[in-house]
Amino acid sequence: MMNPVLQAKGLDLWYGDHQALHSISLDIFEKTVVALIGPSGCGKSTFLKTLNRMNDLVDSVRVEGDVLYESHDIFDPILDVNDLRKEIGMVFQKPNPFPMSIYDNIAYGPRIHGIKNKRVLDQIVEQALKDAALWDEVHDRLKKSALSLSGGQQQRLCIARALAIQPKVLLMDEPTSALDPISTAKIEELIDQLKTKYTIVIVTHNMQQAMRIADQTAFFLMGELIEFNDTQELFLRPQDPRTSDYVNGRFG
Amino acid sequence: MKTIKNKTIEQIASWIFFAIGMITILCVLVITLYLISSGLPAIQKIGLKEFLFSSTWNSTGSDPKFGILPFILTSLYGTLGALLLAVPVGIGCAIYLSKFAPPALKRCLLMGIQVLAGIPSVVFGLVGMVVLVPWIRSMFHLSDGACLLSAMIVLAIMILPSVVNVSLNALDAVPSEYEEASIALGATKLETVRKVSFPAARSGILASIILGTGRAIGEAMAVIMVSGNVANMPNMFQSVRFLTTAISSEMSYASGLQKEALFSIALVLFVFILLTNTILSKLMKEVQSNDSH
Repeated sequence: MMNPVLQAKGLDLWYGDHQALHSISLDIFEKTVVALIGPSGCGKSTFLKTLNRMNDLVDSVRVEGDVLYESHDIFDPILDVNDLRKEIGMVFQKPNPFPMSIYDNIAYGPRIHGIKNKRVLDQIVEQALKDAALWDEVHDRLKKSALSLSGGQQQRLCIARALAIQPKVLLMDEPTSALDPISTAKIEELIDQLKTKYTIVIVTHNMQQAMRIADQTAFFLMGELIEFNDTQELFLRPQDPRTSDYVNGRFG
Repeated sequence: MKTIKNKTIEQIASWIFFAIGMITILCVLVITLYLISSGLPAIQKIGLKEFLFSSTWNSTGSDPKFGILPFILTSLYGTLGALLLAVPVGIGCAIYLSKFAPPALKRCLLMGIQVLAGIPSVVFGLVGMVVLVPWIRSMFHLSDGACLLSAMIVLAIMILPSVVNVSLNALDAVPSEYEEASIALGATKLETVRKVSFPAARSGILASIILGTGRAIGEAMAVIMVSGNVANMPNMFQSVRFLTTAISSEMSYASGLQKEALFSIALVLFVFILLTNTILSKLMKEVQSNDSH
């Protein structure tokens, strides 16, 4: 079997004195969609944000254990965290385009990483927007502000922005929770297409969504990984009674 | 019955607020009219061109000259110089406080800045006179350190708190979602500040510059104490006189045409501030409309 792209091994995480993650071990393989589910405060978002070290921005955070990205320790002090984030892109819960034009939003990442050539940038922008299924809707108004787009379009723009730096992994933190059902369906369809090229880890509070889009699902509860299995298995034949209670809606 | 009573109270309250609002506008109106009516006669007698563009001010000589070009240019250069010094420092300070400083240090520094903002201008003048002026004199080997440069430095320090405070508010108000998105794309903190936070806050930063400009143009007390107060054409290392200090230094004993000319200077100062404010707020509107389209 091939090596996992991302591998957590005995990961503990504290916010100050509060331990938010307890010894999480989880392997994520290339070009799969992994959903992280569980009730609010269960640690699924915290775990997601550890994978590209966005938790570094929190002052009091402390981590023990390992996370390997392509067999490299992501907490290794000689690793450039900005390079890591270039490989592992992220889409947030609330669409957060920059207050700039659509074009500049997409070109932001490539420019940061040193691409200045206008022709190359044009190509990257077009490709990223096509990959995010947004090109047809915006190709004639690339110079317009990104804030003029609808919420669903803004979120696809954020996906396109993340794709423009050609990451290998895409982390999504409840990307549809602020969107209407039609926009949600579009994003889910998009995730299905993206998995041919990218590895996707998605946090969702919506179990139907996990069932629709995820190859594998991990159930978190109070900072522990309770169960991790193929999505069908986890929902239809949960091994742990707590998983069974949660997926059957007995708490949440 | 109760609703009718409430309506009456509402009605009365709205009249009261209308009256209060009117008082403010009335003040502006009265001052404007007064300045125009008392400032125009001297300009008519001296001639607008002579008044604005001749470079000799000798109001008490046997053949009095009323050219305020030295004052206009001094006010212009002095304000520009103060802005050149205070804006980069102030914005840099605001960026540091907003994005880099540890919270405890931020609180400390902010307190210092509040104190600086609360110091009366006469104290700035006094410290400038006792500390800065002698220092400038020995530094540049001048016979007198009271000069345009000293005034610029004192003005810069005086407007620094306004620039820092308003820029800081603007930078603090940038949604952290923007910054997170940039960091998640692999940008460093510095790149994020430069390319996301700063542009997102630029209308507020521009507002801080407007505020600083207004304060610098209008300042008289501190400036009169460190600039030497001689009606020379502006020179970095010579004594100079500003529009504001030209009025305050002669008003107590002026009479006749001289007194009328001082009112004309006030009118010019008034127009000056009106113009800068209008231009800068136009600029700000443009920036804001660029942000939202």
